[in-house]
Amino acid sequence: MIKIVKRDQPSRAIFFFTPVLAIFLTLVAGGLIFFILGFKPFEALKFFFIVPIADKYGFSELLLKATPLCLIAIGLSFCFKSNNWNIGAEGQLTFGAIVSGGVALLFYEQEGFYILPIVILAGAIGGMLYASIPAILKTYFNTNEILVSLMLVYVSKLILDYLVVGPWSNPEGFNFPETRQFSDSAKLPLLFEGLRIHAGIFLALAAVVISWFVFYKTYLGFQMKVSGFSLKTAKYAGYKGKKMIILVFLISGACAGLAGVGEITGPIGQLHREISPDYGFTAIIVAFLGRLHPVGIIFASLVVAITYLGAETAQIFMQIPKYTGQVFQGMILFFLLASDYLLFFKIKFIGSKK
Amino acid sequence: MIIDINFIGLIIASIMASAVPLILASCGELITERSGVLNLGVEGMMIIGAISGFALMTVTGSLIIAIFGAMLAGVLISTIFAFLTQTLITNHVATGLALTIFGIGISAMIGKNFVGIPGKEFPVFFEGLKDTIPLLGPILFGHSIVFYFAFALPFITSYFLKKTKIGLIVRAVGDSPESASNQGINVRLVRYACILYGGAMSGLAGAYLSMIYTPQWIENMTGGRGWIALALVVFSTWNPIKILIGAMIFGGLTIIQFHMQAIGVRIPVQFLTALPYIVTIIVLVVISRDSRKIRLSTPSSLGKSFHKDN
Repeated sequence: MIKIVKRDQPSRAIFFFTPVLAIFLTLVAGGLIFFILGFKPFEALKFFFIVPIADKYGFSELLLKATPLCLIAIGLSFCFKSNNWNIGAEGQLTFGAIVSGGVALLFYEQEGFYILPIVILAGAIGGMLYASIPAILKTYFNTNEILVSLMLVYVSKLILDYLVVGPWSNPEGFNFPETRQFSDSAKLPLLFEGLRIHAGIFLALAAVVISWFVFYKTYLGFQMKVSGFSLKTAKYAGYKGKKMIILVFLISGACAGLAGVGEITGPIGQLHREISPDYGFTAIIVAFLGRLHPVGIIFASLVVAITYLGAETAQIFMQIPKYTGQVFQGMILFFLLASDYLLFFKIKFIGSKK
Repeated sequence: MIIDINFIGLIIASIMASAVPLILASCGELITERSGVLNLGVEGMMIIGAISGFALMTVTGSLIIAIFGAMLAGVLISTIFAFLTQTLITNHVATGLALTIFGIGISAMIGKNFVGIPGKEFPVFFEGLKDTIPLLGPILFGHSIVFYFAFALPFITSYFLKKTKIGLIVRAVGDSPESASNQGINVRLVRYACILYGGAMSGLAGAYLSMIYTPQWIENMTGGRGWIALALVVFSTWNPIKILIGAMIFGGLTIIQFHMQAIGVRIPVQFLTALPYIVTIIVLVVISRDSRKIRLSTPSSLGKSFHKDN
């Protein structure tokens, strides 16, 4: 007989084990889906998860995709830890890219060491500005941040679309929806000859270190933890709730904005219509899979980045539709949430007694 | 300038047509939320409904199978959400997001083979009566069964919640699951039912889009309507009749945007397209500013998990 018993305390070991379990279950379910679609499950999984990162180029692509995911997820973990549901990181990424792209275009055909820092800063500010909208509306007008931040995603993409086909489009660009190429001084340097991985990865690593420090070594980190645990307790302790809401939104906006900078000043070097394959949404999954822990988020961003690459490889070699990547991402989150049940409940097998 | 009165009637009718999916999905979500469950997966369930309806129509050729199949698909996908949030007590927000991401992926995967296939004509009622009454003719006649159902639904929903015993139970579960449970009501069962019903309505809303409104399959064709439907529930302060008003406003924004483009208003098309999203934000701000009113009308246990004993 199986009996379900509530644990006295959530299990810490299981807290870090369930993400692994979730990934495993996703692979099993994914294999099953491939089988239903008429593919050999193991072969398909191999093309999805191993082939894409088997060589130097693939590994660089993995890091390239993991960088924005990690950066955004670190920012989101500030929000999620303190019970703020910012799900519009995709919009903050886009707006950050717009502002930093605009600044980069101002320096068109100019060179100078000072250009890149300004461009990067502009991206962070753009992201912060955009994130401040749901934050301010939440704190002062009691407006639901989930819906506002999400609606702003659509708006940001339309602003970008307007700019790249309209006022910012490349005058010599034969009406392609893209801007001019940024000057070399406005681009993040590539790290290795022939690979696309660029210096943006250091931004992500810096975010990891800083967030770890803030979470575990500062009073602010403690306040966030308490507010996430119980808003009532936080109020009772006298924390300034409004200030914190705005602060965590600004932090996550800045991170998303920086991710946007990486996307446009990295290998591409211009603004165009589709700067992000929904990194802002996928990063929500990364944040959860990484347990809102900076180190966990590094691993989670690598795992989830594979689903992007795998989807591309599987499409080329096996004609498996590329959306399978999204299906995998959704499944990871489903299984992760489901296996969290084990955090709070124990499953006991008891011999039947008469 | 002479304005053709029938032209105005046609515009109103087209606003109503674009309001249909919003009304359906919002009324479904309203019931779900009234039972205390916040399902953010509306966009995902809607897109699943859209592809299921279109695919079934293409494969079986039967409109009836397609419509009910789309609703069933909505039910099936929302079962995942119900199982996770009710049986495994997961966080409503995160689970809803997962549902939307999963739904968009799955629908694109299934829909790959249905891109570019023309839809079928959907039967409409009273087509001949359209010209009999000025203004009202085009508004009242010549629509599909789903259209008429959608405009009846807010009233049915209102009656259900206010006047029926089951409606009372749903409200009790949403407002105070503990006392409902003490009264011997199976909270989990009620919530399961409300989630599945919400799934069916979202599925129907999606099918309306892909089978009747713009009869074809386009990836991501719901285009945020699921999220607007969620916003409409807040807008309505959980009152089904007000959903009707909200949906007409948003339908109006969509339609006006087309007409402004057609008559050559010199506003960039992107700004017009962004209008419904921006207005949603403004409306949410106006509604939510009165925090007391929101607190009084929000189902008290909305978004909170309930687990008996333990």
